[in-house]
Amino acid sequence: MTALALRLRRSRHLPVVAAAACTLGLLLVGSLYSRNFLSADYLLLQLQIASFLGLVATGAMLVILLGGIDLSVPWLVTVGGVMSAAAAGWWGPAGEWLAIPFGILCGCLFGIVNGIGVAYLRVPSMIFTLGINAVAQGLIVVQTGGFAPQDRATPAMHLLATGRSLLGIPNPLLVWIVVGACTLFLLHRTTLGRAIYGVGNSERAAYLSGVDTRRVTLLCFAIAGACSAAAGVLLTGYSTKAYQAMGDAYQLPAIAAVVLGGTHILGGRGSYVGTVVGVILITLLQSILSVMQIPEMGRQVIYGAVIIAMLLMYGRGRRHSQ
Amino acid sequence: MDPVLELVDVSKRYGGVRALDRAQFACAPGRIHALLGENGAGKSTLIKIMAGVVQPDEGRIVLEGSDRRFVHPQHAVAAGIACIFQELSLMPHLSVADNICITNPPTRLGLIDRRAQRRVAEAALARAGAEDIHPLAPVDSLSLSRRQMVEIAKALSRQPKILILDEATSALTAADVQRVYGLLKRLRDEGLAIVYISHRMNEIAELADECSVFRNGRHVATFEAGSQSDAQTVEMMIGRDIAHAFPPKPPPRAAAETAPPALDVRGLSWGGRLHDIRLAVRAGEIVGLGGLDGQGQREFFLALFGVLRGVTGEVRQGGDPVSAGSPRQAKRRGIGIALVPEDRKTDGLMLPMSVRDNLSFAALDRLSRAGVVIASAEVEATAAMVRRLSIKAPELGDPVATLSGGNQQKVVIAKWLMNAPRIVLLSDPTRGIDVGTKQEIYVLLRRLAEEGAAVLLYSTDYAELIGCCDRVAVFFDGRIVRWLAGAELTEHALVASALNLTAETLH
Amino acid sequence: MREDWRFRLREQRACWTAAALFVLIFALYIAKHQTGWTVPVLTTAANKGVLLAIVAMAQTLPVLTSGIDLSVGMVFVLANCLASHLVVGTPLQAAAGVLVVLAAGALCGWINGAIIVYGRLQPIITTLATGAVYFGLALGLRPVPGGDVHAGLADALTGALPGGIPAMLVVLLAVVLLVWVPFRRSAVGRAALAIGSAEAAAYMSGVNIGRTRLVTYTLAGLLASIGGLLLTFVTYSGEASAAIGGVYTLNSIAAVVIGGTSLAGGAGSAIGSVFGALVLRTIGDLLFVFDLEPLWQPLFQGVILLAAVSLGALRLLKVDNRLDLFK
Repeated sequence: MTALALRLRRSRHLPVVAAAACTLGLLLVGSLYSRNFLSADYLLLQLQIASFLGLVATGAMLVILLGGIDLSVPWLVTVGGVMSAAAAGWWGPAGEWLAIPFGILCGCLFGIVNGIGVAYLRVPSMIFTLGINAVAQGLIVVQTGGFAPQDRATPAMHLLATGRSLLGIPNPLLVWIVVGACTLFLLHRTTLGRAIYGVGNSERAAYLSGVDTRRVTLLCFAIAGACSAAAGVLLTGYSTKAYQAMGDAYQLPAIAAVVLGGTHILGGRGSYVGTVVGVILITLLQSILSVMQIPEMGRQVIYGAVIIAMLLMYGRGRRHSQ
Repeated sequence: MDPVLELVDVSKRYGGVRALDRAQFACAPGRIHALLGENGAGKSTLIKIMAGVVQPDEGRIVLEGSDRRFVHPQHAVAAGIACIFQELSLMPHLSVADNICITNPPTRLGLIDRRAQRRVAEAALARAGAEDIHPLAPVDSLSLSRRQMVEIAKALSRQPKILILDEATSALTAADVQRVYGLLKRLRDEGLAIVYISHRMNEIAELADECSVFRNGRHVATFEAGSQSDAQTVEMMIGRDIAHAFPPKPPPRAAAETAPPALDVRGLSWGGRLHDIRLAVRAGEIVGLGGLDGQGQREFFLALFGVLRGVTGEVRQGGDPVSAGSPRQAKRRGIGIALVPEDRKTDGLMLPMSVRDNLSFAALDRLSRAGVVIASAEVEATAAMVRRLSIKAPELGDPVATLSGGNQQKVVIAKWLMNAPRIVLLSDPTRGIDVGTKQEIYVLLRRLAEEGAAVLLYSTDYAELIGCCDRVAVFFDGRIVRWLAGAELTEHALVASALNLTAETLH
Repeated sequence: MREDWRFRLREQRACWTAAALFVLIFALYIAKHQTGWTVPVLTTAANKGVLLAIVAMAQTLPVLTSGIDLSVGMVFVLANCLASHLVVGTPLQAAAGVLVVLAAGALCGWINGAIIVYGRLQPIITTLATGAVYFGLALGLRPVPGGDVHAGLADALTGALPGGIPAMLVVLLAVVLLVWVPFRRSAVGRAALAIGSAEAAAYMSGVNIGRTRLVTYTLAGLLASIGGLLLTFVTYSGEASAAIGGVYTLNSIAAVVIGGTSLAGGAGSAIGSVFGALVLRTIGDLLFVFDLEPLWQPLFQGVILLAAVSLGALRLLKVDNRLDLFK
């Protein structure tokens, strides 16, 4: 291997570079199939679709950086969509814009409960968020079945999800860019960001260095809950309707995007840029597979195989004898 | 007598650090061979190679005349080499018997024969002199001393020809220490080759037949035990006269001091592990905590640092009562306590993070405004700290895991110095560090004291306690049983107090 | 001798707790049920419960090594689809089909293990990805629900034996005795616990970490496929449903936790997971039988699940060294 390749292999940036290279590769493969693939319109559309996943993946990344995992994504997405639509119904025209933060707040509240369970009750995140997912499902079922609230999106939500208010950039993409920029700033320039990486590397060492690790954990889960709900609000705007099982399709791709972007699944390492690339990669992959009209079977197999292949390139652990 | 195990021209490098440099070693059956050397001299690496845990980069391993390679610890065990490491190799959730027979248990019809296994375990425990340990007890229910005995029993159950012990007595009670001495002598008489690592001269004097000294990864000398004086041996170990290993101590203070002590602890107790600790440290003093491992010294530091719950008693600082409910509170300007933990890899550093990030981690409050880190302040402060402690780190952006053990420890200390603490607690700070860095740390501690900090140093190294500290409080069973200072502060007195022997029984 | 019993009891404590919990809840269920303690009621309960119990057993094995298998639900579904093709025809053909299904499950498990051991990837993301692959294969086998299964075998296994014992319970017992017990009592099973307890110490002690993990994940795949096979007997068809696969995976994790096995590994038992699974199943039925409005059932199930897994938080009250809270 050349010196450059060797240096690249050991560099921190390998995952991002590899994921970016794969993304470009996918674009090329897609363009072979249809010239459309490289058109600006199509790419913008892909980015718009990617924004939904991008929001979820942002929250997922924070939790994974801590060394945990958030399995409550499916129903927190639904909470965001259903509660924002319902609020619009309760508050009428006055609540057209307020419904959006309300939906996000509901998701944030669930996230806080997640944080309490993981940080203060010390229940493993995998199982606690699973439980919260079930509780959220239960509450939504009661809410929609018992109270039959409005499930239509407000015009404001629809605008946010499908409009192009600034320079022709799709609004969801703008939202993702703003959230992404804030997350990038949070992770790389604030004390909270450092604390997150510290806790993810070693909660013991972070605690002994004077970090309030429980509060950091709580905050991350709260943000993750808000992110999932925000994606739900946007999704509702996009399809103009909130429905149960909205969030099912986002749980696994979000985790895959985060990991493919180079974030270590056990926490402590990873950059947000990698997550962005990972989200785009997954979105493109799903698009290509559907454009090429590969049957669902093939899509699943290729999806899983690509993840394994990429991780074998840069996600491998160390041997025992080292 | 022909050596049973020989290591010839063995070298091992970890990143940029040369742990072993063409090292030579040979041990013969029926002899106890002591491996001497400062931390970082290569002793641990040498025995890890013998035990198959680590592979040498170069060199040969010759067992009973033939060249061997141990790719996996199992191979070394099968070849008759049993090793008892400092970090115990016991699985806490499993029972004692399960641990002892973890590989190659007696089986019947493919399943583990529990009765036979129990008999094997009981025999091994009996041979180690620990019959009182129940074979079915889960290991995590045993004290550290008992666990060490189980570890010894486990090594013996493999019917080894060569037994290697790495600081195996550091956690033992007095009674167990005597038992182990007797056991090792018996095994030697039965024909085992025993390799014994320790840096305690009294143990070497008691046990060794021959000694090998290592320094900086190289073999320095091998000689019959007793043929060299302690001073000569230590000189071989550290490469220079022991008198200059420690910075000079200031003369003892006059009795009357008007200012209240920097740290004043009265009646501190905790959960049956700490009893009525009373201790006062003035600014400018270095007070040592002595005694065997696990007598409450670490817990005392944790109590001061706010980690323990349910601590009773009074802690005063400069006369004012303080209470820290967490490390976060303890490190605040008002209290200003810093704790350098003994396990830097798991408790002191975030290994994959950069040197700079680790350095600034505990002081981010001072280097940020409204939660945003001021990059220029961070770069400046960390660079200044690197200069002050002479940390050898070519690139501050590199992961701290790439630094040598000594430099890693300096990073941990530097991390806390960024907060300008008034009370500095150090828990075995020089464990596993090379001689040169150790000396730098001793000088640093004295300078910190001179600048007005109160320093508490817990160490399992007698020479360090004697050389660095103005006074030493010896712990036993969670209590301070003896204070030693000045002329009284000798290794003899430290050992005796640590084992809680009174003066009369010493001779 | 008395000490021996004390130690053995403490080892099984979590298991007994889960069993007691199950007995309690099931008694409540039977008491409130219209028909009560009759063969059809027991058989139906067994048929549903045993499926999750076996998948929970499958999940227990990797968890003991401080890993996880997020593909058990998908192997379960894959086995179901495969069985709906192969376990048909003459008794000989059906028997051969059964063997192929089991072998396929073991192979899926082996692939998981191989990627984790030789690829040195983390279990959680590996099994997430392979789960997608296995589900894809299941979809390929059964794009739409359908297929058939050997009627005689299905009837026999989903019915009751003379004496009123549901046949499924006997199957469960057989699986426990033929797969779990030999695994647990063998050197490799104990090695799995050792790895979960302290991997570095296990390595230094000479345990073959790679081989143990491979065996563990392979057995997990095998058990998941047994579950899938039994599902075919219950539903008489094969269906590639991502929802079912997902539900079984996640419920298996919950069952493992309720059954007293720590997700951190090193201690636990598949028998506890069996009771954990039966508890989960029965709770759902219990709410139904108590005439709880269907609307409120998912919420109650969720809350009870959350409470059950949070019970461990009670021991936090005893912790007096906060460092112990962090691993």
